[in-house]
Amino acid sequence: MEDIEHLFRRESGRLVSILSRIFGMRDLALAEDVVQEAFCRALEVWSFRGVPENPSAWLMATAKNKAFDILRRRQTALSFESELAYKIDTESSLAPTIEQFFEPKAIQDDVLRMMFSCCDPGLKEEAQVALILHILCGFSVSEISEAFVSPHSTIEKRITRSKKVLAACEKLFNITSPQETSLRLRAVHRALYLLFNEGYHGSSQEAAIRADLCREAMRLTSILLTHPQGRTPTTYALAALMSLNSARLPGRVDGSGNLQSISKQDRTKWDRTLISDGMSLLEQSAAGTALSEYHIEAAIASIHVRATDTDQTDWKTIVTLYDRLLALRRSPIVGLNRAIAVAQLEGPERGIRELESIVDRDRLVGYPFYFAALAECELLRGCLGAARDRFRAAASLARNPMERSFFEQRLSECGIEDDAI
Amino acid sequence: MSEFAFLFRGRDTTASPEQMQRTMEKWTVWFKQIEGQGRLREPGHPLEHAGRVIKGRERIVTDGPFAEAKDVIGGYIVIEAKDLDHAAELAQGCPIFDVGGSVEVRPIERI
Repeated sequence: MEDIEHLFRRESGRLVSILSRIFGMRDLALAEDVVQEAFCRALEVWSFRGVPENPSAWLMATAKNKAFDILRRRQTALSFESELAYKIDTESSLAPTIEQFFEPKAIQDDVLRMMFSCCDPGLKEEAQVALILHILCGFSVSEISEAFVSPHSTIEKRITRSKKVLAACEKLFNITSPQETSLRLRAVHRALYLLFNEGYHGSSQEAAIRADLCREAMRLTSILLTHPQGRTPTTYALAALMSLNSARLPGRVDGSGNLQSISKQDRTKWDRTLISDGMSLLEQSAAGTALSEYHIEAAIASIHVRATDTDQTDWKTIVTLYDRLLALRRSPIVGLNRAIAVAQLEGPERGIRELESIVDRDRLVGYPFYFAALAECELLRGCLGAARDRFRAAASLARNPMERSFFEQRLSECGIEDDAI
Repeated sequence: MSEFAFLFRGRDTTASPEQMQRTMEKWTVWFKQIEGQGRLREPGHPLEHAGRVIKGRERIVTDGPFAEAKDVIGGYIVIEAKDLDHAAELAQGCPIFDVGGSVEVRPIERI
């Protein structure tokens, strides 16, 4: 039997995508209702009878029948896709037309179409990510607000508003048009990247939720790689950076669920399969002349996974790569990561100077890991008092108990305060 | 030993896909448990929600049952227990309570 761990969630995205093609984006709510009903049926029938041999097929058949009933009852032809309106003009042609919608090849395209639809230029990046999670990954509003540690009402408003933007689209996104897809591909990459990052660096303390977000981002990226227009060197680079970074996820927390800094991580826990997948994706990303920010991030990740420990890490190349990344993406977070690499390469004094001269440093004043980086440098150069102050600042900014206990642990490793004796 | 019908009422139609899957898994575990104890006499059936109600001398037919979601009978099974108390005890583990539903336990009268 296929993997059914998150079957309902996954099928939800596929089914809504298929049905949105039948009912149009204007009737997305109807598509969602049909899927919800199919799940309610499954819940009842499977509870009594056990999960069928092929649960996906069961859900699909149930959703298909409901869609069929709705279309048969409808008097008006559908206008959003002229081809479909023509085909279902007569009832006898309705059934074979609906069948076509549920063919495996069509489904793959529907999921991709929905991915591009969610990245509508009329929507902010955060809204695009929320929509992808909601529609394609089957997360409820509560689950998204939990993952993003945002108020339920904020996420609810964001999703409701975004759906209205999608509903205003007269036509479905044309996945077969190279022009349309290439125009929007950048936004799709960005949304998938943000989704992955929310899992990797996110604020939720639930490791399971964060791993879910990483997995979903990787799943959607691999679907993008199946499409001729989606299979670009940049998509390969994005997939590579996701694989190489998530390979390190199992080492980021120790046996008791506490965060571990990279120098202390048990590198034997890193996922070898993901590392080799990531390396071959990175190779494929090198075809062509494109050099995206994802290429650089993947290259940085590949250096980390190749090294046996932090002393053996090629920090010189990492600093160079961060310089290039900064040229493409002027972000204080990139500046922070670069400064940490400089500290590894040239020592803590230099590291502190770099940390204090990050462009747009004021945007990091609420970010705990900025103060933690300063603290690590102070600790390295033996200024224990300053290190303690910085770790305390980091702890006070921690976004969840897991981060707080990590900073407090580091604080306690700075020794006992002189004035406390 | 006597036989009892369990009538399941209520369902949560607003749950997220993940929650529904978790609920379904709990049901499977519970059924297995009852079955494993050799208590399940008839696996029963889930009931569809749409139906007809025929009422009164006039035999008026309406689409129904149209009860509130919490009152709709979603299915039934037949189990075996020592007595009514024992049967009610077996119903305790049913996952339907997690979604605010109820189990009605009724002795079956065999003539």
